[in-house]
Amino acid sequence: MLLVPCPHCGPRNSADLTLVGESESRPDPSATTPVEWRAYLYEEHNPAGWTRETWYCRLGCGRFFVTERHRGQNRFRNPPLGAPDESARRR
Amino acid sequence: MSPQRLPARPGEVIDRDRALAFTWNGRAVSGLAGDTIASALAAGGCRVFSRSMKYHRPRGILTADYWDPNTLLQVGEEPNVRAGHRLLEAGMAVSAQNAWPSVRWDAKVLTNLGGRALSAGFYYKTFMRPRWLWPAYEKVLARFAPGGVIDAGSAPRRHDKRYAHPDVVVAGGGPAGLAAAVAAARAGAGVLLVEHEHALGGHLRWGTKHERSIAAALADAAQVAGVEILTDATVTGRWEDNWLAIVERGGAGGPERLIKARAKVLVVAAGLIERPYVFAGNDRPGVMLSQGARRLLNLWAVRPGSRAVVWSANTAGDAAAADLEAAGVAVEHVDARAGCTVAAAQGRRGGLEQVVLSDGTRLEADLLVTAAGWTAPTSLLNMAGVRPRYDPAAARFFPAEPDVPEAGTVLSTGGISGDGSLDELVGHGEATGRLAAARAATLAHRLQVATAWAAPVDGREPPEAPDERTPLGRDPHPELYRSSTDGIVDLSEDVSSRDLRHGAAEGFDSVELVKRWTTATMGSAQGKLETVNTVAVLADATDSTISEVGTTTWRPPFAPVTLGALAGRMFEPVRISSLHDLHVAAGMTPIQAGQWIRPEHYGDPAAEVRNVRTNVGIIDVSPLGKLDIQGPDAADLLSLLYVNKWRRLAAGAVRYGVMCAEDGVILDDGVTGRLGEDHYLMSTTSSGSGAMEVWIQNWLQTEHPDWRVRVTPVTDAYTSINVAGPRSRTLLERLVDDVDLGPEAFKYMQVRRGTVAGVAGCVMWRIGFTGELSYELHVPAGFGPHVWQALLAAGADLGVAPFGLEAQRIMRLEKGHFIVGQDTDALTKAPTAGLERLIKLDKPDFCGRPELQWALDGEPGAEDPEALPRLVAVQPTDPAYVPPEACQIVVAGSDGNERIIGRITSSRFSPTLERSICLAQVEAAHAAPEGTLTIVGTDGRRRSALIIAHHAHFDPEGERLRV
Ligand SMILES: [Zn+2]
Repeated sequence: MLLVPCPHCGPRNSADLTLVGESESRPDPSATTPVEWRAYLYEEHNPAGWTRETWYCRLGCGRFFVTERHRGQNRFRNPPLGAPDESARRR
Repeated sequence: MSPQRLPARPGEVIDRDRALAFTWNGRAVSGLAGDTIASALAAGGCRVFSRSMKYHRPRGILTADYWDPNTLLQVGEEPNVRAGHRLLEAGMAVSAQNAWPSVRWDAKVLTNLGGRALSAGFYYKTFMRPRWLWPAYEKVLARFAPGGVIDAGSAPRRHDKRYAHPDVVVAGGGPAGLAAAVAAARAGAGVLLVEHEHALGGHLRWGTKHERSIAAALADAAQVAGVEILTDATVTGRWEDNWLAIVERGGAGGPERLIKARAKVLVVAAGLIERPYVFAGNDRPGVMLSQGARRLLNLWAVRPGSRAVVWSANTAGDAAAADLEAAGVAVEHVDARAGCTVAAAQGRRGGLEQVVLSDGTRLEADLLVTAAGWTAPTSLLNMAGVRPRYDPAAARFFPAEPDVPEAGTVLSTGGISGDGSLDELVGHGEATGRLAAARAATLAHRLQVATAWAAPVDGREPPEAPDERTPLGRDPHPELYRSSTDGIVDLSEDVSSRDLRHGAAEGFDSVELVKRWTTATMGSAQGKLETVNTVAVLADATDSTISEVGTTTWRPPFAPVTLGALAGRMFEPVRISSLHDLHVAAGMTPIQAGQWIRPEHYGDPAAEVRNVRTNVGIIDVSPLGKLDIQGPDAADLLSLLYVNKWRRLAAGAVRYGVMCAEDGVILDDGVTGRLGEDHYLMSTTSSGSGAMEVWIQNWLQTEHPDWRVRVTPVTDAYTSINVAGPRSRTLLERLVDDVDLGPEAFKYMQVRRGTVAGVAGCVMWRIGFTGELSYELHVPAGFGPHVWQALLAAGADLGVAPFGLEAQRIMRLEKGHFIVGQDTDALTKAPTAGLERLIKLDKPDFCGRPELQWALDGEPGAEDPEALPRLVAVQPTDPAYVPPEACQIVVAGSDGNERIIGRITSSRFSPTLERSICLAQVEAAHAAPEGTLTIVGTDGRRRSALIIAHHAHFDPEGERLRV
């Protein structure tokens, strides 16, 4: 099982966390189009390379944070410690 | 069957003073403490232990260890016991599997090896057509299938799990593994040493006196160094970041335990597995591997035969010949290095009588020992990403590079890495252990730094230790896989070299294909014995080299794990409210709702409904999710979460709201009350409380971290009691002094804080899920039982009585209140549940706004509103008929066929209306009030029902709750 580097708790078993999804900005809800909005809702890019992801530290600190993971090699590039990135977002 | 136990031998592991009685196929026999089941049977003279899987050929001991494909036996109610490994216990009822009527006389025997009847791909070819015969084929195949008998009535076992966090895990307790464990522990690492066998020492255990003394010294050193030692245990899987599955076998009668270990460094010292040689008759009882013969002889003092041919290509085989000779066995030593090979093993009735060599020599023998070479069990390394590479000079696979994977956290030592003298192996092990400890220390420091970000970490990071080990050498070894004759390659699955050649000829010419076509390497040995021979035979058949063919992929588990050990013990906590004991005393019938144990009713739910509608009832609604929301931006948060408006909610008022996800689907609903200027109490559904908390945190942390608002879950902090019924106000007035409960002072949809039955700090909101005048009390949890009892005592003359979940569900259905997740589903958007008027699109933003806007305005991108289902209230024409929930609703199509247009989502018999009532989802085109629907009952009958104008079957204007 992968160790996920929570910036607050340190590395924890991935089963302790929830992968929220790829980190993307939420479109402006008053100006968005169906195509753009549904791409935001449903589309994952899932490259076999580095991906910005939002994780939720479910059984730990309860925080959402952004990290980078190489989806081909399944390893993390740790982000700087501290507050969650502004563009981290829900699904 | 004549006894084969020899006089006492140095190094034997049996206790000659402790005889153990057991039965073999119903007959009383005996063995000694320290015996395995197989060694005890062999000591008694048993030579045939099983019948092979397809051809039902007799089989005897091959390896005398865990991987022996021929000694899977039934022990009591436990099937497939590996008798070469499992220690004998007194009273065991041991029997052969896969043999009928007996292991010696098997009715299904097919001696024509490789006959077309059971050739490669036999199952695929024979049992494909006609399809309608599949059930019959299954019955026939089941009778031929190997394996023992499961007793479905056997008592369930309890399996525990363990989590371990060692610095270093060493897989394998042979000389190199032991040396690595000792060195790592002496360097300060916490070490877990996992040995597959019952004792430490590896192949030294059946070696010379000197070898045994080295093993004993290393095992002692491991104890002294503080190594945690597990025997009869196997590291069976390795995943990211050295997450390891270790199966700890419990022996006879004891359940297996799964250990999940997170190691900083894994040292793989799994040794070498001896490889069988493929030739005609290589599966006859009496044909044995050199390690099997030496184990029988030296561990259990069992003479494996009386007249032996030892065909040896290496020093291990030579040692077996010497051991046999010293034990008084007549030995013909044939040196494979001189170029002579075995062509056939022959005999009558499945026995061994003579050995035919490649030069035509015939040798009389009842034992043929082969020492053809080794297989490196690189499985754990492969799971870490290392690919094995074939070295023809050494005739085996090696890890591609000494230690490739994951920044040096997986190391190997011992036979997997190379050959050497005992001193060299121990030296390499020690160096590996020191390296493992150093790398574990570096990793420990990094983990500590990453974990303790707010606290200083002592010391500097230890420099990453370089790998300065002197690599082990590689002894030259002849490539010996298959003779000029055909024999069995996979003894577990009964796959012959001919089967493999036929498979290749039919086009299955890659190892992954031929494996699946013939099932070679897919049996109980899982490739430990047969993979490389399979590869070699295929290379031969396809005119390529072993390197070109490559091996099949090694996947977890390396050793089998029982399902019980994987499942472990279930730990599913339930939640109870502070009133639980009172409900039990009142005779509740409990029901589990999510994690909560709740009263479904106290005897008669219909009577409970009538009592609420006429007098007053109280219900425990503590599982209701409750969130305390405080801060100047609290109203912004509510406005974002709910589809309706919140900014102008007055202090002291409560409001009903619905939350949608970003796709417009209803997520949750409930009421929220404004307790003060910047202070709200939100309720969620009981089942949704956990998810809602996460949902809200997600918005606050990722989209609006600047908002000044705090959300605190307080579900368990309050005991929640709903007091419902026309006499509820009268009852509460007797217990509340500091709040004016008058109809003008405390109106419907308002909230007050006050003292109930002497308990200060209670929150009361006047709402009405049941449709009656009702007050929901949120009482500090510790005082819950006091308030509950006070309500019952104070209202005795008013007819107060508790009511359960079922009565509440009936009353909410009478009122047409939907339950999220029951009357709505993952496709139900807010407008289709009749909530159009609640959605306020003039708010600039809230969850799901774009989807809801398109749905309401019919803008581009919106789904066809006519195709969407609507939630409607339905009454069957027959008032006594209650259609079961999920019954379909159909309409006759123009083509005469019925079409499904919806389903019943909730249904009950209403004691108030004395008729059946329902909620249903129906396509919009058929959802008009006064319309007639056709319900298909579970009995297949069609029954009519009427759509009523309002969701509420009872008191649609809500007059009863506004009094
Ligand atoms: Zn955390």
